[in-house]
Amino acid sequence: MKNLIDILDLSTQEIDEMIEVANDIIDHPENYREACKYKTLATLFFEPSTRTRLSFEAAMLELGGRVLGFSEASSSSAAKGESVADTIAVCCGYSDIIAMRHPKEGAPLVASAKATVPIINAGDGGHNHPTQTLTDLLTIKREKGRFNDLTIGLCGDLKFGRTVHSLIAAMSRYSGIRFVLISPEELKVPSYVKNAYIKGRNIPYEQTIALENVIDKLDVLYMTRVQRERFFNEEDYLRLKDCYVLTPEKMAMAKKDLIVLHPLPRVNEISVAVDDDPRACYFRQARYGKFIRMALIMKLLEEANK
Amino acid sequence: MNIDSIINGIVIDHITAGKAMQIYNQLRLDALDCQIAIIKNASSNKNGTKDIIKIADEIDIDLGALAVICPTATVNIIHNGKVIEKRDLKLPERIENVMRCKNPRCITTTEQEIKHVFVLTDPETAEYRCIYCDTKASN
Repeated sequence: MKNLIDILDLSTQEIDEMIEVANDIIDHPENYREACKYKTLATLFFEPSTRTRLSFEAAMLELGGRVLGFSEASSSSAAKGESVADTIAVCCGYSDIIAMRHPKEGAPLVASAKATVPIINAGDGGHNHPTQTLTDLLTIKREKGRFNDLTIGLCGDLKFGRTVHSLIAAMSRYSGIRFVLISPEELKVPSYVKNAYIKGRNIPYEQTIALENVIDKLDVLYMTRVQRERFFNEEDYLRLKDCYVLTPEKMAMAKKDLIVLHPLPRVNEISVAVDDDPRACYFRQARYGKFIRMALIMKLLEEANK
Repeated sequence: MNIDSIINGIVIDHITAGKAMQIYNQLRLDALDCQIAIIKNASSNKNGTKDIIKIADEIDIDLGALAVICPTATVNIIHNGKVIEKRDLKLPERIENVMRCKNPRCITTTEQEIKHVFVLTDPETAEYRCIYCDTKASN
């Protein structure tokens, strides 16, 4: 693996290895403090982000490396009309590895064709977000102890939610998985995702519009935000944004060992009153994101040096 | 209306009515300096109407692109006034610059001089998807 553009660039074995490294980092951070000494990570964020960019930067700093980059397109030459390929060609001269977020789908793939250093897709529009999926996988592994035999509920914006598509693709490779897809009609999982990873792999699933009717069946509940930036029409956004709100009353109907994940940021789809429930894992999940990104940066730099 | 038979060249037959000009443009037949006949809405026993393109030269044409634009088309090679070969159309695994991605969020809408590349994702339904954004191709 030279780059990480799509979660399926990684085999399940490579994911297992990275999760093992991430767990070791959590247990023995002192062993990794100079793992990337003298290496530089460029964070090229053509679209705003808090968690992803900061977790990449925190990851590199904790590995003893350095960080440079920009956090919005307006502060880069993209504002002057520079192409992605040209920006990447320039930045490869200043860094050993690049984490890139871009509003256009496929931009990291274009970048990887031009780059001489590893490219990590840190989110491309509504398309892919593989490092969020690695974070989700590490969270599931740490909180549930397994990837097999899980009923996974995905709730909210399943159409534009890139993390949902990547998580479905990743989890569909394990045995005993069952998906419950909870969304309004307008925000259902796209048929190509369903055909490729659910129907195509004979994975049992159900679709529903009511969270309260299915929450008692779930081992994992993956909540998502209805994202304003993915809509062309403000009216549609306003109509759908409050569709699903997870409350203590709904949590009372769920299994005792359910885990609730959310890629964050949350707006109002999870009531703040749920935060104190031990089953709410989303802030732990955000923290795990740094450790799995540390493992990923190390792996890609190691591959680049071969 | 009669169009003379060609002596040496290629006949693209059984084109879905209305697609001849798209084929003419996308296969860059305008760049040829030989005689070309485009017959639109010809009678067809099978489909009622069809388009036909006759090219009076034995050129290499992009059969993959033709298969993507019109899978029902047939290609006959004519030599000395006789059909000497019928070429089968097979959907290619990958096509470049035959179609454009229609997804407004795709990087191909803004990046300069980028190739529009699609891969065959379902041979049964002739479904192609953009390699950048996974959007289904629409012809």
